[in-house]
Amino acid sequence: MSVDQSTVRRIARLARIKVSDEEVPALEGELNAILKWIEMLNDVDTGNIAPLTSVVETSMKKRNDAVTDGGYPDDVTLNAPASDDHFFVVPKVVE
Amino acid sequence: MTNLTDLTIAEARAGLAAGDFSASELTEAYIEAVEAARVLNAYVVETPDIARQMAKASDERIAAGTAGLLEGIPLGIKDLFATKGVHTQACSHILDGFKPPYNATVTQNLFDDGAVMLGKLNMDEFAMGSSNETSYYGNVINPWRRSNSNAALVPGGSSGGSASAVCAHICAGATATDTGGSIRQPAAFTGTVGIKPTYGRVSRWGVVAFASSLDQAGPIARDVRDSAILLQSMASVDAKDTTSVDVPVPDYEAALNGDVRGLRVGIPAEYQVDGMPQDIARLWQQGAAWLKARGAEIVEVSLPHTKYALPAYYIVAPAEASSNLARYDGVRYGLRVDGNDIIDMYENTRAAGFGKEVKRRIMIGTYVLSAGYYDAYYVKAQKIRSLIKRDFDEAWNKVDVMLTPATPSPAFAPGEITDPVQMYLNDIFTVTVNMAGLPGIAVPAGLSEEGLPLALQLIGKPFDEETLFRTAHVMEQDAGFTARPDRWW
Repeated sequence: MSVDQSTVRRIARLARIKVSDEEVPALEGELNAILKWIEMLNDVDTGNIAPLTSVVETSMKKRNDAVTDGGYPDDVTLNAPASDDHFFVVPKVVE
Repeated sequence: MTNLTDLTIAEARAGLAAGDFSASELTEAYIEAVEAARVLNAYVVETPDIARQMAKASDERIAAGTAGLLEGIPLGIKDLFATKGVHTQACSHILDGFKPPYNATVTQNLFDDGAVMLGKLNMDEFAMGSSNETSYYGNVINPWRRSNSNAALVPGGSSGGSASAVCAHICAGATATDTGGSIRQPAAFTGTVGIKPTYGRVSRWGVVAFASSLDQAGPIARDVRDSAILLQSMASVDAKDTTSVDVPVPDYEAALNGDVRGLRVGIPAEYQVDGMPQDIARLWQQGAAWLKARGAEIVEVSLPHTKYALPAYYIVAPAEASSNLARYDGVRYGLRVDGNDIIDMYENTRAAGFGKEVKRRIMIGTYVLSAGYYDAYYVKAQKIRSLIKRDFDEAWNKVDVMLTPATPSPAFAPGEITDPVQMYLNDIFTVTVNMAGLPGIAVPAGLSEEGLPLALQLIGKPFDEETLFRTAHVMEQDAGFTARPDRWW
């Protein structure tokens, strides 16, 4: 499988990365080189193999459903590029 | 008196305990060495004031008889680990100005044991790279140079700053992380020792995520004993990381008993790749001969799916990265580049904030997870991963540990490898270990024809780091690797 320039633009949109028209041809070439190299996996018959879900055989950890952390909104918004009264500020999304 | 920065952690610990010098004196010697080695670009931030405060506190605890395991030992911390109030940016532009109000579990463990922080170490952006050329803060330079050459070499990556700093003696030891080889490959390129522990041995809490099913933190150190001491402190069972495995941390230093009699050492046939440089092939045979002479048994084993590990990794790791890095949106932390609306702001921020290699991997990951391709790529890769793990599980019936080369070449020059796939091949011998969640250690074992360090890798069973340390320690003694780069910096 390979990607064309419109697919590159679609992936970039999905990934929320703005790409310029000049960047698209180079990305197309690089992504296709990687996808072509990955094609060797098709040589392996994986018909009866289950996909790996965890490298360590272990049961899911559980804990009591209790609040054990929190209560420091100053810290939570400390690194925000824009915040106001412990809220993150973003461009207007609802007209 | 010897230069304090030339002491290993074990030697410095003994000197501090005996009162030969204070933690403050030791730290002062390192602060000077760090300043004198800025041309290596190993540190992105130096924290001398914090180091002096921590050393003073260490001296008080030593005087009070309450010294910890790493009391007064000056360390460098990879920029991927959260350090309270200090630059933690994964060497990416997108995390500009981020100072976490908390420590990663690993950093906290080290500080609780008395370690002193000298600063934050350079790395490939988000740990994506094999040469430390993708950092927003510029290339790290390897202290080593080829014989009769002044040309700069890369220290490997992604933990290039950690490896370069340990090699140059501008920290006593360093934290590092390994997703596909990012501890072992830079250790190999700089003649240092690096261990990637079993997945789940070290908490990932507070470590900036790259590929969560593969990432694991470990130390880079000057020798095997120091790496055992550091892992002792870094490893823990942590309720904050659900993949942290509930197995007690053994006494790793006690495992260094020099006895490998009867140990079954596997040599995987598939690691004999076409075009392996002769000096690396010779060193591999030499490593097996050393262990055999010590009473170990050398056993040929087969890991049939080895060659599929790297292409499968380049599906799994970018897929996980594309999900993990979705959090960098210009809202909660780091860089924000304004736009016409919120989507435009996201897209502008991520376009400006991520470097080329990171964007490439996010896009590959987004593609392989997108509708219609998920089964063909992601599920297929996870099935290959099952086969890789099964190969190892079967081999463990015959052997206790495996011996392989660590890297397919010694260090290369910046700009020498520009093709992404060629760069990815650096991890050909290390990546299987991450895919199967196993521990692996790189030990310097000799010099290449060009006079550069070469390393061997030992691969262990899950949670059997002790056998790795024991075997590596024996190999280190037999290799007698004492070569040092000429001090040109």
